[in-house]
Amino acid sequence: MKYFHNIGKYFLMLTEMFRKPTKWSVMRGLILKDIDDLVIGSLGIVAFISFFVGGVITIQTALNIDNPLIPKYLVGFATRQSVLLEFAPTFTSIIMAGKVGSFITSSIGTMRVTEQIDALEVMGINSINYLVFPKMIALLFYPFAIAIGMFLGIIGGMAACVFGGYTTLNDYIMGIQIDFDGFHMTYAFIKTFVFAFILATIPSYYGYYMKGGALEVGKASTTSFVWTSVVIILLNYILTDMMLG
Amino acid sequence: MIEVNNLHKSFGESHVLKGIDATFEKGSTSLVIGQSGSGKTVFLKCLLGLFPYEQGSIAYDGKIFSNLSEDQKRDLRGDIGMVFQGSALFDSMTIQENVMFPLRMFTKMSESEMEARADVVLKRVNLPDAHFKMPSEASGGMQKRVAIARAIVNNPKYLFCDEPNSGLDPKTAMVIDNLIQEITHEYQIVTVINSHDMNSVMEIGEKIVFLQYGLKEWEGSKRNIFKTDNNAVTDFVYSSELFKKVRKMYLDKDQ
Repeated sequence: MKYFHNIGKYFLMLTEMFRKPTKWSVMRGLILKDIDDLVIGSLGIVAFISFFVGGVITIQTALNIDNPLIPKYLVGFATRQSVLLEFAPTFTSIIMAGKVGSFITSSIGTMRVTEQIDALEVMGINSINYLVFPKMIALLFYPFAIAIGMFLGIIGGMAACVFGGYTTLNDYIMGIQIDFDGFHMTYAFIKTFVFAFILATIPSYYGYYMKGGALEVGKASTTSFVWTSVVIILLNYILTDMMLG
Repeated sequence: MIEVNNLHKSFGESHVLKGIDATFEKGSTSLVIGQSGSGKTVFLKCLLGLFPYEQGSIAYDGKIFSNLSEDQKRDLRGDIGMVFQGSALFDSMTIQENVMFPLRMFTKMSESEMEARADVVLKRVNLPDAHFKMPSEASGGMQKRVAIARAIVNNPKYLFCDEPNSGLDPKTAMVIDNLIQEITHEYQIVTVINSHDMNSVMEIGEKIVFLQYGLKEWEGSKRNIFKTDNNAVTDFVYSSELFKKVRKMYLDKDQ
């Protein structure tokens, strides 16, 4: 019953987010700040993880292809498919649920605990619009981070290939070009936009409606990470079945 | 003027406010006092419109809050200033930005006009040089003064304070109490303060409403509170030996 209650409350929060909008001159500043905090501030970790995971995918693919009949360019092909279809959009989003999601939950939760949200409400400000809407808009730029992650994942694979001697540069480049289907990019970015929405709203929900003190802020961050990850994984399955199945 | 009639508020089975009537006048500091759990915070949050109530009415200068449309409620909230127990300053903003925040949200003032107004109110609360500090760099007393400055910057008609001097040393608490009273008289606003600090009651209690178990048990001024024979009030107010002696001295002197 509690799950249904939370789901209903989450959707009510979403509808409330579009009521009584904050003045545009104020909202613009909030959006720019959130783009900086949530997207630009995450580029480093996205780049680092993508580069090395791309390398690991390449090494593992190369090590598991011991049949001489399988062409070596398959390493590049497998790396590209893994990075573009799953690693960059889905697994980076789960990592971001830890980084960005915890940040959102704890910052909004702390505002709740210290009565800053009450202060907004007393002033007649729609606090959900003021706090959640700019995060949702800021995370519309999240696909740019994912595009960088895709690029660096493939570059990481190439570096591993060349410096580790698993295959030649030419084979790798041929592999990443072969059988390329443009729809896979569309699929990856549709998923990324959906995950961006989830990353902005579920952690905000857990921060906004938390009750208690500092300890509960920590608990809310953990719960938010768990549920954001669960929803991303479930939606990943549903979207993949709908678009590629 | 704020008029409260027969206010009832429950949380599930718990009936917290059981029909409270009270009137708070312009230009006077009214204190709502009572033990922890007496319902005073719930009462204040009902006055602020943060808690919906089941029965009764709250009228701001004749306008009944529950009859107002959402837009009218928002306009009315523009006339309300609030000082929270923990100050509730926005930690991502400087002190000046905190004070300018209501102006930024509700007025069409230019940046320089907002800065000038923030300057005036920060000087009024004796913080002329704190503009660019972050709230975390300010002491508890300074934070309270910034909260007062933010509450009055938009010339509110109604000022609410939830235990404004909790956590402060007696001298700073007195400064904050006097500042609130001065501002109330100067700007002719309706001020309602939630407190269980007896120093505040004796210092600035122009009107005192005593709540107990969700009911208004007693109402009067700081002068009346010395003479009252209401046992609930005397048990609460004169619980310390010091205040018992003060009361005895006052009554002896009066005779």
